[in-house]
Amino acid sequence: MFDIVSFIPRAIMQGIPLLFGCTGETISEKSGSLNLGIPGVMYVGGICGVIGAFLYEQSAGGNVNGFLAVLIPLLACLIGSLLMGLLFSLLTITLRVNQNVVGLAMTTFGVGVGNFFGGSLIKLTGSDVPSIALSATSKYFSKGLPFGGSGAFSKMFLSYGFLAYVAVIIAFVTAYILKRTRVGLQLRAVGENPATADAAGINITKYKYLATCIGCMVAGLGGLYYVMDYASGVWSNDAFGDRGWLAIALVIFTLWRPNIAVFASFLFGGLYILYLFIPTGGDMAVKELYKMLPYLVTIIVLIFTGMRNKRENQPPESLGLPYFREDR
Amino acid sequence: MSKANREPLLHITKRKAMPWQQSWLIRLISIVAALIVCAVITTAATGLDPMSVYGTMLEGAFGTERKIWVLGKETAVLLCIAVAMAPAFRMKFWNLGGEGQVLIGTLISAACMIYLGDKIPSGLLILLMVVASVVVGAIWAGIPAFFKAKWNTNETLFTLMMNYVAIQLVAYYIIIWESPKGSGKVGIINQSTNAGWLPSLGSYQYLLNILIVALVTILMFVYLKYSKHGYEISVVGESQRTARYVGIKVDRVIIRTLLVSGGICGLCGFLMVAGTDHTITTTLAGGRGFLGVLVAWLAQFNPLAMVLVSLLLCVLSRGAGEISTIYGLNQSFGDILTGIILFFIIGSEFFINYKIHLRGGARKKGGSN
Repeated sequence: MFDIVSFIPRAIMQGIPLLFGCTGETISEKSGSLNLGIPGVMYVGGICGVIGAFLYEQSAGGNVNGFLAVLIPLLACLIGSLLMGLLFSLLTITLRVNQNVVGLAMTTFGVGVGNFFGGSLIKLTGSDVPSIALSATSKYFSKGLPFGGSGAFSKMFLSYGFLAYVAVIIAFVTAYILKRTRVGLQLRAVGENPATADAAGINITKYKYLATCIGCMVAGLGGLYYVMDYASGVWSNDAFGDRGWLAIALVIFTLWRPNIAVFASFLFGGLYILYLFIPTGGDMAVKELYKMLPYLVTIIVLIFTGMRNKRENQPPESLGLPYFREDR
Repeated sequence: MSKANREPLLHITKRKAMPWQQSWLIRLISIVAALIVCAVITTAATGLDPMSVYGTMLEGAFGTERKIWVLGKETAVLLCIAVAMAPAFRMKFWNLGGEGQVLIGTLISAACMIYLGDKIPSGLLILLMVVASVVVGAIWAGIPAFFKAKWNTNETLFTLMMNYVAIQLVAYYIIIWESPKGSGKVGIINQSTNAGWLPSLGSYQYLLNILIVALVTILMFVYLKYSKHGYEISVVGESQRTARYVGIKVDRVIIRTLLVSGGICGLCGFLMVAGTDHTITTTLAGGRGFLGVLVAWLAQFNPLAMVLVSLLLCVLSRGAGEISTIYGLNQSFGDILTGIILFFIIGSEFFINYKIHLRGGARKKGGSN
């Protein structure tokens, strides 16, 4: 019937990219930047990792060094997403353009970059492989913890690639920083009321830039995890799909708390693949309806948080608004 | 951190209104700059000299009579979505659900064609499809609007999520309707009878679509500029408090405006199914729901500007498509170029709205980025 031992690992693996995206977006939103470009950033993060890994595998030939195989894609991914973050910051923080517009343009751009390089990388580099299948490097990404056995427990909790654990750690650390440290307090002040924070001597521009860029880098890792671990190094166009938007929805679902996001992302991951586990007797059409679940759940949560209207559950007050000191 | 009371190198102030010639000049400069960057990137990717790249792109967009018609069709679709978005935006309601509202319009149109194609005369069928798609599109946008008006639910994400609900609904029906069975596609609907297909004016297949969109654009312009509703939308967009104070029923305006917005999106879906594609896929809207948002925002509700921006983006994407085909590159190349152009135009808004002063009182005029 319902195979929980194989369901949970798959739900968690689906949830990890969402968790990266959600944590990144939360950091960015806490500083007042509603970054709708996250889907694009995640594509760029993924494809940059792929490009890094591809070039490395091409140059290394048969003997792939495990350390470099992880380091190069990781760095490429971080740099790629950082550039996207800088672009967003430049346009919205320095040039004070509307965040939604920039975000949407970034999503168009980022998805385009991902699909373009994914589809043309082989042609552009003039190599003779039939498709991008980075099995050699992805092996190092998807290696489970060394002390994991083969029992049900280690299958459910110890079998993931290192990035999955990184995602959980980042989420908890972010939650701690936001809630318990001075930096977090100041960041939240910037997001709630930049004018007041400015008067208190906080460097608004610095905080906003840092939060947005770090947020983008964290989100980019989600793309990297997806390609290198979940998809075992095979890039296919549009395969990442709408997970970026789901990550943004998750931010609201979790009420801007990354520690809740850890569990919520696994829940969403579960909803995302639930259709594979519900017996429908070969009725393909109904499966498509089950795929609606994560979106419907988000909508319901949106409605409820809107209705209950509790103060601590609201978005940062200045979310989406540019800050201009001389405005009144 | 603080550098004791030194005047900063750059100082930014808000501009008062800028004469329109100057602001359009800035936008034009930004587009030219963007095209230069695009050329550099294309050259880097294909190894061609930039002039022939643009030659190929123009060839791809305007090369043959058929290509010009396709361009017109694509522009009409994008323009229609942008026009649909305009009233919601003027009210500062971020309707990111264009994608879903268009798709749900295509879905109901296709449903009418499939189930009623051989039962009622084609003229009546088309009329029914128009009404159904407008109503369903309006409902799809009306749901988030209702919750926004009543409980101030976040509309950006609500409309966004509605897109995926619509996509999955379409995916569900595609499997039910698929023909031939197992192909995962619906195929051309009513190919033999042409029931529910929009007639082509003379030999021009896409002309009727373009004319309808042009009419909708003009009507929307009049609606926003000269009607009482249009005025109420502007007031609500500027300040909800002011609107309440002068006795405008804000929640009613929100819902009504989104019904209009969604209805036009639904109509756009109808035009796609009945006028051009005669089939249905989950990617029929193809990101244009989002692109329409950008067009509406960039054009600042100026209908002529909307036409121009839509045309520019379509020329670009058709041109990039041509380059991709010829040089064996991926079709997404167009998205990259579109993104670059958008960044530049968006960035140029800064130089229209703000003024930069250099240290020491010397004034520098804002050029483009």
